[in-house]
Amino acid sequence: MRSSEMADEVTLYADGRSPFVCRVKIALNMKGIKYKNMEEDLQNKSGALLNYNPVHKKVPVLVHNGNPILESLVIVEYLDNVWERVPILPQDPYEKAAARFWAKFIDDKCIPALYKVFSSKGEEEQVITEACEQLQILEDELELKGKKFFGGDNINLVDIAADFIAYWLQLLEEATEMKLVTRSKFPKITEWAEGFVNCQVVKEMLPPRAIMLAYYKNRFGKI
Amino acid sequence: MVGSEVILLDFWPSMFGMRVRIALAEKGIEYDYKEQDLPDKSTLLLEMNPVHKKIPVLIHKGKPINESCIIVQYIDETWKDKSPLMPSDPYTRAQARFWADYVDKKVYDALKKSGTLKGEQQEKAKKEFIEILKVLEGQIGEKPYFMGESFGYADIALVTFYCWFYTFETLGNYSIEKECPKLIAWAKRCMQRESVSKTLPDSKKIYEFFMEMRSKLGL
Repeated sequence: MRSSEMADEVTLYADGRSPFVCRVKIALNMKGIKYKNMEEDLQNKSGALLNYNPVHKKVPVLVHNGNPILESLVIVEYLDNVWERVPILPQDPYEKAAARFWAKFIDDKCIPALYKVFSSKGEEEQVITEACEQLQILEDELELKGKKFFGGDNINLVDIAADFIAYWLQLLEEATEMKLVTRSKFPKITEWAEGFVNCQVVKEMLPPRAIMLAYYKNRFGKI
Repeated sequence: MVGSEVILLDFWPSMFGMRVRIALAEKGIEYDYKEQDLPDKSTLLLEMNPVHKKIPVLIHKGKPINESCIIVQYIDETWKDKSPLMPSDPYTRAQARFWADYVDKKVYDALKKSGTLKGEQQEKAKKEFIEILKVLEGQIGEKPYFMGESFGYADIALVTFYCWFYTFETLGNYSIEKECPKLIAWAKRCMQRESVSKTLPDSKKIYEFFMEMRSKLGL
């Protein structure tokens, strides 16, 4: 317990459906940090949110003792710096750099490539190929590591960063009836995803399937 | 240098590579600089960065570290006894990370668009670019550097674009100093540091390089 923990005020400006918000929730849960959840209506953002995040106007925003921290992966690292128990990043600088690299790869390459498939209604072959290429890179990394998670026996920054792939992607596929990640094509990712969503600290934070399915059906429709 | 402990695979005009060079200079680290011929990527580069096949790549004791901002943090964490680049306080550190991330997400693309598009699209791109710079300028405010009194990570992330400003000002026919005088003042302040002034190539050299590259590509 941190010496000042009793006085800590942690508030999370959130949207329970968001995989980016979920990254922060998983981290908070892993470390057993008490916080207040402020659910935002993204069509009607609160004054507080706009005040704390004038640059991007997005969730998640974590406010710790009045100080706002923005960007999900920056928040996760911040939590790791302040609450050192149950570390999310490796201690070794080289391993830490590798974890940051993979988390960035997921954010910069994988997730945008995947979104493109669904927002382009799966009509462009090139877009699908591109997304599968990124997934293959992750598949190869899991194969190389040969462990249950990117973090080894326990989840780490990379697993948390990839939460979209473990849970939301599947629901997006179900809603649009378009399958990218099949067990035969991506056996390691499939296995990893099953392990990840079954982790207690993760399971408790995931939004209900029904809510995500309804949201995706509404937004992307059937392909 | 045969068997060098620290090797940098880089390309001299790259603002991303420059970030790493500044960090190495701040820490006084000796390293073997290997210029990469980018259209014709070396086997070493492809082996050390198989995912992105890009520079910069830092190779330390035979192991590669990729992505300029990640490399800068690695350098800071590994050579921690001298010239800290990250703030010591977690909250300020998070802010530094946020701003470096902002630079990464916004500046490069906006700069490129403002110099390469034409006509009305270019005007729009220029406006967008200046808006981004104004946000950064606002963040620096009256402080000497991004996070306060000390030069560090967020400054390194942005300052390497400074040597490219002349190129895009010339192509776009505008003055960044006119729009963001405080930002240019900050850049000039950073240039007073040897690590920065010895790293950033002369702006005219960058312009010549860019124009040559453009004509080679038939643009």
